Amino acid sequence: METLFSGVELLLRWDVALALIVGSVGGVIIGAIPGVGAAVAIAILLPATFSLDPIVGLTVLLGIYGSSMYGGSLPAILINTPGTAVNALTTYDGYPMTKRGEARRALALAYSASFWGGVFGILCLIFLSPLLALVAPHFGSREIFLAALLGIILVVLAHRGQVFAAGMLASFGILLHTVGLEPVKYTRRFTFDQTWLTGGFDLIVVVLGLFALSQAFLLLVDKDSTPRAQTVEGSLFDGMKELWLYKRVATAAGSFGVVMGMIPGVGEFTAQFLSYTYARKTSQEPEKFGDGAPEGLIASEAANNAVPAAAMIPLLALGIPGEALTAMMLSVFYVHNVIPGPQLFQNQLDFVYALYIAMLLLNVIVMVFLLFSTNLLTKIIQIPTRFLGMVILTLSFVGVYSLRNSIVDCAIASAFGILGLILKRLNLPIVPIVLGMVLGGIMEVKLRTSMIRVKEPLDFVNRPIAAFLALMIVLVIVMHVRTLIKEHRDKLTNADQDHDLHDSQQR
Amino acid sequence: MMNARTLQDLFKRYRRPGDLVFSVFFLLFCVFMLSNLEDQTTWVKGGKLMAQPAFWPYLSVISMAVFATLHLISGLVSPVIAGRWTEVAFWLRSIEYAVWFLAYVLIVPILGYLPGTILFTIILCLRLGYRQRRTLINAALFAIVVVVLFKSMLQVKVPGGQIYEYLPTTLRSFMLTYF
Repeated sequence: METLFSGVELLLRWDVALALIVGSVGGVIIGAIPGVGAAVAIAILLPATFSLDPIVGLTVLLGIYGSSMYGGSLPAILINTPGTAVNALTTYDGYPMTKRGEARRALALAYSASFWGGVFGILCLIFLSPLLALVAPHFGSREIFLAALLGIILVVLAHRGQVFAAGMLASFGILLHTVGLEPVKYTRRFTFDQTWLTGGFDLIVVVLGLFALSQAFLLLVDKDSTPRAQTVEGSLFDGMKELWLYKRVATAAGSFGVVMGMIPGVGEFTAQFLSYTYARKTSQEPEKFGDGAPEGLIASEAANNAVPAAAMIPLLALGIPGEALTAMMLSVFYVHNVIPGPQLFQNQLDFVYALYIAMLLLNVIVMVFLLFSTNLLTKIIQIPTRFLGMVILTLSFVGVYSLRNSIVDCAIASAFGILGLILKRLNLPIVPIVLGMVLGGIMEVKLRTSMIRVKEPLDFVNRPIAAFLALMIVLVIVMHVRTLIKEHRDKLTNADQDHDLHDSQQR
Repeated sequence: MMNARTLQDLFKRYRRPGDLVFSVFFLLFCVFMLSNLEDQTTWVKGGKLMAQPAFWPYLSVISMAVFATLHLISGLVSPVIAGRWTEVAFWLRSIEYAVWFLAYVLIVPILGYLPGTILFTIILCLRLGYRQRRTLINAALFAIVVVVLFKSMLQVKVPGGQIYEYLPTTLRSFMLTYF
């Protein structure tokens, strides 16, 4: 309890309060504008947060991460266009409700389900933290290596139907990490006698190119359009009480979000899909799903909002990011010499608690903001798309150039921007590149360290957690092959499947 | 309608026009990296295989090449999709905006962050086809907000412009610090 109060104390500062407001309100606005996701915003803001205290910088970034999904539900419900990639399932039931004249009800349910999911996720983690503090120190180099390897494998296998592409892009990410002067034996790798390659590729430059510049290029090249959303009349507060009728679905969805968020490489999509499937299977009116079922809307929103808090678990406890946004946040920790991992839970548990409390407060601020500003947001989202492209391009400059005032960095970011645009147009995933780059670095360091004590191959898995992780890796691959065979036998046809759902890579 | 039947369906992504072109170029990149592997990495004497500095470069390039080959094969055996070269033209058009971005990067150290950003946003808006005075004023206001927020308030590292040298001393130091 003392640690908890110490965590609260860390937050009692004016700059943290400002970060809470900027992060939550900014995140909602960013999420509500189709074409700007949390990844774009976090990539741009990342270098600006380096000059701030870790708690302040991370509060802003966590605020954007968590609250962008609240905002993303607004255009998903009102104009059938998800504001962020993870709001794609919200359109299935949210937009039909709007067409039926129930926009206010749909928004109220989406907001309240998001709040429920978000708070549920954070509370779970606050209660789990002491347990994590006990388990995390048992993670040595080989356990962290195996966990990172599991993360890479999951990220590749999660892109079913495009496993080859995900595999080659994850390998490309690992390759990017290896470029430059290697820090142990000081040998050069892929420098081609070019001085600008000696330092390697900076993660932030790559991320800014792949997420922010690519999005700017995409909007600038494409045709101009202006989203138009109807205004919402009446109080949203009354509609929120309705969530109580669906508390079972909301809690189950939140649980899916927490569990999936904790597993590296999985995240919001899987959580949403599992909770949506669960809600449909247990519903008394499953035929209404996809045609404006409140339970479907709640399942989707509660699940994706429970993920951000859970996604911080592998990052904080093991130093392993499970998806692109936490991978970006990892650099904030490193810049401030706060090394996430087992030591953090042992020595700075108050810092961890402070982050969780900040996330809790962010959810409250977002709810209050949304109750009074939904109609204002419907006006803000009416930005012409090419103008928005210009905005992102201008902001990207701050992100890339302020790092080292390097024109070379800007040129590299531009090249990755074009690569990102191509990947987005082809609907190929960008996340494996980023995770390959980050996890590749972690795997190389941890494997080298662990090899000192490994005499025989089996020594690698002679500790319980290492053995469990190795077993998980084998199990995941076996299950994947089993599913492939099962699907082949069932001969599922592609004709009646929803391919449009997957254009989510473009946001 | 929600037509995805299994969890796997959700993650299936389907080929788009241009997939084959990208696959071919990516494989060519892999071949280039494979041919340079030996020259561009070093195996040090002694030490375990997995602790060698060349271990991860070899592993990443070989796995990249294997996956890229499989990706290309899967593309070749799939039905041809119309619109390949229109899509490639779309990709190439993005180069123009990469050049715009780099031009912005080059003018800021000369003109300064504030004047450079205002000029960039307005000219780019004109290039994008916006002619309304209101849009251009919004672009200029946006530029001012960005500079005030990032340079004046957050003090991000963007150097002052060379033309600031021609300003009177007091104004020059003010501009160098805040704009």
